[in-house]
Amino acid sequence: MNPLELRGLAVSVLCALICTSASAADSAASAAPRSGYSYLSEETRRLQDDEFANPGMLWVQKGEELWAQSCQSCHGQAHDSMRTVATRYPAYSRSLGRVINLEQQINRCRVTRLKGGALAYESEDMLALTAFISHQAKGLPVNVRVDGAAAASFARGRAFFYQRRGQLNLACANCHERYAGFRLHGETISQGQINGFPIYRELWQTMGSTHRMFVWCNEAVRAEPYPLGSREYVDLELFERWRGRGLPIETPAVRR
Amino acid sequence: MPNSRIKVPESAAAGESIEIRAMIMHPMENGFNFDSQGTTIPVHIITDFVCTYDGAEIVRVQLQPGLSANPYFSFYLTVTRSGSVDFKWTDQDGTVTTNSAQLQVT
Repeated sequence: MNPLELRGLAVSVLCALICTSASAADSAASAAPRSGYSYLSEETRRLQDDEFANPGMLWVQKGEELWAQSCQSCHGQAHDSMRTVATRYPAYSRSLGRVINLEQQINRCRVTRLKGGALAYESEDMLALTAFISHQAKGLPVNVRVDGAAAASFARGRAFFYQRRGQLNLACANCHERYAGFRLHGETISQGQINGFPIYRELWQTMGSTHRMFVWCNEAVRAEPYPLGSREYVDLELFERWRGRGLPIETPAVRR
Repeated sequence: MPNSRIKVPESAAAGESIEIRAMIMHPMENGFNFDSQGTTIPVHIITDFVCTYDGAEIVRVQLQPGLSANPYFSFYLTVTRSGSVDFKWTDQDGTVTTNSAQLQVT
C-alpha cells in the first residue's frame, strides 16, 4: 500500500469513528426527556403525590404567606399571575441584558419595586417563594426560550453540560445522557432533569434549589463548584430546562 | 413560630373514624452532623407532640433525635361530639407551636 492510500484509509477510519460516536451521541441526546419521578421507588412517588405528606408543601405554604405579605399587592392572585412563570424561566431580561432565573427575578422585584433587601440564595424564604411560584405551574410543560437574546447563554450552558471537569473528569452528559437508566452502586442514574425544582431531597432533609443540586453534582465529580446564582449555573439551568422541554412542572418534587 | 400543617375533616358523622394528619417544619438535628467548618451541629429537636380533641388528650408523642426532619404524624379518631382539635408541638428550647381545627359532627 503506498503512503497516499494509507492516508486515505486512515481518514476513512477516522471518519467512521467520528460518525459512529456522533450518531451514538445523537441517539442518546434525542432520547425522550424523562422526569426524575420515573426513576423513583414507589414509596417516594407516593410521598410526592400526596399533597399533604409531601414535605415540600411546608415551603409552598410558607411561600404563600410571604406572597400575601408583599407580592400580592401588585401581582394579585398567584394562581393567575404566576401560572406559567416557572415554565418560562430562566429567561432573558432586557433591562439587565442577560438571562436570569426565577430566584434572581424575585430579588430584582424585591430590590427595585419593594425597595426591600435581597433574599439570600438558599435561604428558607427564597426557597419558599420559588417553591410557591413554581407550584402554580404544576402540570404545565417546561417551555423556555433559547433563541434570540438567550442564544449565547444557551450555547454556554450546552458547552458546560458536555465539558468534562473535576478529578473524576466527567461531564454532566457522561452520566445523565450516556448512562441514564443504568445503575451506579445502589442508585439508578437519572437524566438529571430539573422540572421538579426546588425539590425536597431526602438526603438533605430539606428543600434545595437547582443550583444547590449543581454544586452537589460538581462536588461529586470532585470539581470546584461555582457560586449559587453564578452566570455559569444560570446558563446550565437554561440548557437543562430546554433539555427537559415538554416535561410537566412537578414542584415541589421529592427526590432521593 | 415554625410552619405547621394539619388536616382534619370539617365534618364527620358520630361514630365515624376519621384520619388526622399533622406535620411541622423542623430540622430535627440529631447531633451527629457537622457544619462546613467541621464543628458539630448540636441536637435541636421537637421533644413533644400533643393532640387534644374537645379538651381531652388523644395522642401524645415523645420525639427522639433519631427522627427525620419535618416530623409527620397520622392517626385515627373516632368522632363522638363537635369540638376543636388542637395540636401542640414543643421544641427543646421551650418554643411552643400550636394549630387547631374545628370538627363538626353531623
